[in-house]
Amino acid sequence: MASITRTAPPDPLSALTSFLYKTLTIAEMEARKLRHDYTELIMRAVQPALWLLVFGQVFNRTHAIPTGNLPYIDFMAPGILAQSVLFIAIFYGISIIWERDLGIIHKFLASPTPRTALVLGKALSAGIRGLAQAVIVFVLALILGVGLDWNPLALLGVLTMVILGAALFSTFSLIIACIVKTRERFMGIGQVLTMPMFFASSAIYPVSIMPRWLQVIARVNPLTYEVDGLRTLMLSGSASHYGIGLDFAVMLGTMVVLVIIAGKLYPSVAT
Amino acid sequence: MAVLETTALTRRFGTLTAVDNLTVSVAAGEVFGLLGPNGAGKTTAIKMLTTLLRPTAGSAKVCDFDVVRRSMDVRRNIAYVPQMLSADGSLSGYENLLVFTRLYDIPRREQKPRVLDVLKFMGLADVADKLVRSYSGGMIRRLEIGQAMLHRPRVLFLDEPTVGLDPLARKAVWDHIGRMRADYDTTILLTTHYMERGRQPLRAGGHNASRQGRRDGNDRGAEAVRRREEDPLDDVFTHYTGDVLDNNGESGGSYREASRTRRTARRLG
Repeated sequence: MASITRTAPPDPLSALTSFLYKTLTIAEMEARKLRHDYTELIMRAVQPALWLLVFGQVFNRTHAIPTGNLPYIDFMAPGILAQSVLFIAIFYGISIIWERDLGIIHKFLASPTPRTALVLGKALSAGIRGLAQAVIVFVLALILGVGLDWNPLALLGVLTMVILGAALFSTFSLIIACIVKTRERFMGIGQVLTMPMFFASSAIYPVSIMPRWLQVIARVNPLTYEVDGLRTLMLSGSASHYGIGLDFAVMLGTMVVLVIIAGKLYPSVAT
Repeated sequence: MAVLETTALTRRFGTLTAVDNLTVSVAAGEVFGLLGPNGAGKTTAIKMLTTLLRPTAGSAKVCDFDVVRRSMDVRRNIAYVPQMLSADGSLSGYENLLVFTRLYDIPRREQKPRVLDVLKFMGLADVADKLVRSYSGGMIRRLEIGQAMLHRPRVLFLDEPTVGLDPLARKAVWDHIGRMRADYDTTILLTTHYMERGRQPLRAGGHNASRQGRRDGNDRGAEAVRRREEDPLDDVFTHYTGDVLDNNGESGGSYREASRTRRTARRLG
């Protein structure tokens, strides 16, 4: 029996279905890796725990940071969630360099999978890791007596924002990996980027107390919108600074742009 | 009928010309070898044919699709087994195969039977649920070729398929490739730097074997050899070492070793 020549799906709808299906395939494969080895998820719990239990507890006593009618620990809990999601996502690109040093990525690129599906699939799987962080931060927040909002719609909003945040920053990380191509340079750049992004956001202090120049940076930093969205949705009785709609729009828009850029750069990894 | 055709295919990296004016035509069902030491441009040629790298000049068609303009259609009809480790060590053998049934648009209800078939065909059914990082080098190679068989490609590209394998594991790999060709009339394009493997049919009478095509201009140029016979060399070795060939007896090192050997092989040729 000779094999036959295959061609493209006949219509745009089946092309779209195929795109989504392959995106989910990539995401599921990454999730299966987590299921085989979840030690990473447990180790990742340490950092948010330190921030909330040590840093948060100390600053909660000083009342040095004006957080309106919110206790400081309540104010920072969503910020720490955003931060731990950022830290997971920003080093995500290293897996691409790893797969490139083996031959895995070549095989995927030689398969009939749209490049953007490869990128988006990886981004969604970073979202799954982000959700594990959300569970940890919620448990810690509950222990610390943070006034959480348990409204199912608000919780759904938190989940969506966490996935969006993880997807956005992991795609950003992927772009860096596609450009630098070696583990050493990637680690260096990852270190240089995370802390400024974290400090130039509203994660642990409000934008209003920043010097003017830093405020400008914070306003173009997607992390600020992620934190604002999370703060609004996670806490009962907290109002959004920029509007929850704008928060989601900025995150989604940035992510789509980054996925398209990463899709263009992705094939260069194989050369 | 030619299933693969290149016309003056050329790739330069800066001032270095990796592939210079490669013109070949490969008919359906043929086994076509690109021979030469490392640095001869074999992998570069394969990367252009598998749509991973754009040619600097010239053109190539696979299954009548241009590799640049119709790259997605090319990808649907080929399979590529890179020289480096391409099975994912943190997934099981079954999962490694399942992923590719989905990426190659195999209908949902056929996915599982197809994966189980391939596992059996490759002699990996017993270890299907073990993580690939626990496999030996020979088992990984067979899994990788299994991944490439799932969608029954018309053209199979193999980059140094037996590097780092001992003769027993090598024979297993060749046997599987041979059976796949017989079953699906797959055209096979492979590269190797084991000169004796490609040269052997020429020495042994030379029928059905011919040299053709021109590779790069430098003195480390590769040559293209086509043949239709199986290489008996490894059979001899198997005969003297006994043909016990199972997952335990077959060596080729661990996942980590296999990765290292193949990478070193790539660097040193």
